[in-house]
Amino acid sequence: MNKIFEKGGKLHWLHSTVDAFETFLHVPGTVTLKGAHVRDAIDLKRILIIVIVAAAPAALFGMWNVGYQHSLAIGNTGIDILGNFWYGFLKVLPLYVVSYVVGLGIEFAASQIRGEEVSEGFLVSGFFIPLIVPVDIPLWMLAIAVAFAVIFGKEVFGGTGMNIWNPALLTRAFLFFSYPNQMSGSNCWISLRPGETPVDGFTGATPLALDGAQAQYGTGFWDMFIGTVPGSVGETSVIAILIGAIILIWTGVASWKIMAGTVIGALAVGLIGDLAGISKVPCYMQLIYGGFAFGAVFMATDPVTSAQTECGKWIYGILIGALCLMVRLFNPGYVEGMMLAILFANSFAPLIDHIVVNSHISRKAKRLNAA
Amino acid sequence: MSNLKETILNPILKSNPITVLVLGICSSLAVTVQLKGACVMAISVIIVTGLSSFVASILRNTIPNRVRIIVQLVVVALMVILVDQILKAYMYTVEKQLSVYIGLIITNCIVMGRIEAFALGNKPIPSLLDGLANGVGYGLILVIVAFFRELIGSGTLFGFRVLPEGYVLNNLVILPPFALILLGCIIWAHRSFDKDLQEK
Repeated sequence: MNKIFEKGGKLHWLHSTVDAFETFLHVPGTVTLKGAHVRDAIDLKRILIIVIVAAAPAALFGMWNVGYQHSLAIGNTGIDILGNFWYGFLKVLPLYVVSYVVGLGIEFAASQIRGEEVSEGFLVSGFFIPLIVPVDIPLWMLAIAVAFAVIFGKEVFGGTGMNIWNPALLTRAFLFFSYPNQMSGSNCWISLRPGETPVDGFTGATPLALDGAQAQYGTGFWDMFIGTVPGSVGETSVIAILIGAIILIWTGVASWKIMAGTVIGALAVGLIGDLAGISKVPCYMQLIYGGFAFGAVFMATDPVTSAQTECGKWIYGILIGALCLMVRLFNPGYVEGMMLAILFANSFAPLIDHIVVNSHISRKAKRLNAA
Repeated sequence: MSNLKETILNPILKSNPITVLVLGICSSLAVTVQLKGACVMAISVIIVTGLSSFVASILRNTIPNRVRIIVQLVVVALMVILVDQILKAYMYTVEKQLSVYIGLIITNCIVMGRIEAFALGNKPIPSLLDGLANGVGYGLILVIVAFFRELIGSGTLFGFRVLPEGYVLNNLVILPPFALILLGCIIWAHRSFDKDLQEK
């Protein structure tokens, strides 16, 4: 690093920014001259890159699906994979630009004020944000939501690693409660060029809103599993998300216990709903509906906001799955419960860890006293 | 005289009941959706805190210590009922809009807190001023929060459309959680402004 950015240099106030660009995605080759440091190949930067690689299939599929849904909506049934992808890419790219420019801008400013290193934490949040919003969201709304989530969800708690709630989900929650008209219904999920109108009989409602029954493109199991249905950009394809899940579990970046717990919790409550005759679809279908898969794989497993203890991860996961299905089945107000369930479980993650650790201590103490 | 000045100015700035003592939060979340309601609420609380501190201070030497809380409650309840009846007579729609929150001024911690902490140990006139000033400190924050909530959430001020028609209303601001976030911002601003309030 140039000397003028060091302490006492003329441009020291820009230290964090320059440092961030110099160490972007990698650690520079400069080594400590004195003392021994145990180094492991895995660090924050590598973890974040793996998460982005894991989410890439969902993102790429999502871009294609945006174009595919657009073709369906205007009654164009020809198969044009590249054309669809290009249309979706051009639609999603502005979302990425807004998400990164606003989010990273605030992140840089906050780190600069605090005099800390800028960490790559927002790279992942910023990558997820466009994947969990409707493709047609106005960009200024997204900008406000990202600013809100980064300032009030992250920076006020102390920046990367200190946040209680997942910043990407907070962005979505802000949009969901602030602008419900732009975030639900059957108009927001399909993007149209100005002047285009959907063909007769086309509905852009998501399978979750339709209960999988009366959609015209047969929202059967395989449609939803492959992901050729309307929805937020990156959450429709269960296959793409499963590829991401395999990468995350194989590299050990995300906890398989949280994912498994989420599925178990959802199936348990879904089964109750089936037996009570409340749900309109069998419980296993709930796993491929809406944002469940994306939430369970990418959102719930966020290492900062999830439970840290091994037993706690099970409890945390089951809580998310069960709550999500409770909102879906027993609450007439909201169709989808994954976002609310994860944010709720985020708030309880520290409490779960506290109880797990304390019960462990008291169990050991009892054994010690008995001996 | 400087003592009297402190009595009046402290509750508004240095020991503001909402931003420093963090009292009366529930009502400030509930009644700040519209500026009009917040103003009426603020004035009601100013009157109640002022008059009940005044009356409690007059009675302070005759109240037996062991039953003082219940006597204070009677005094506060009397003032609240008076305010409520006046509002019902002259501002019926606003009273309906504020619903239970006028009645709940009785349980507002600021009123009882000022009687306990100040009125029982001071003469009537300083007590009256102290009560009024605390009400003003409370009302000030209420009006600031309501200003932003009505402006962003409804695009209006006192019911008049201020922002252009193209402005998309923000529904989150109408919900109580956002009032808490706004209060947090005000406390943040207040603390960074007043260095004495910062914890070391």
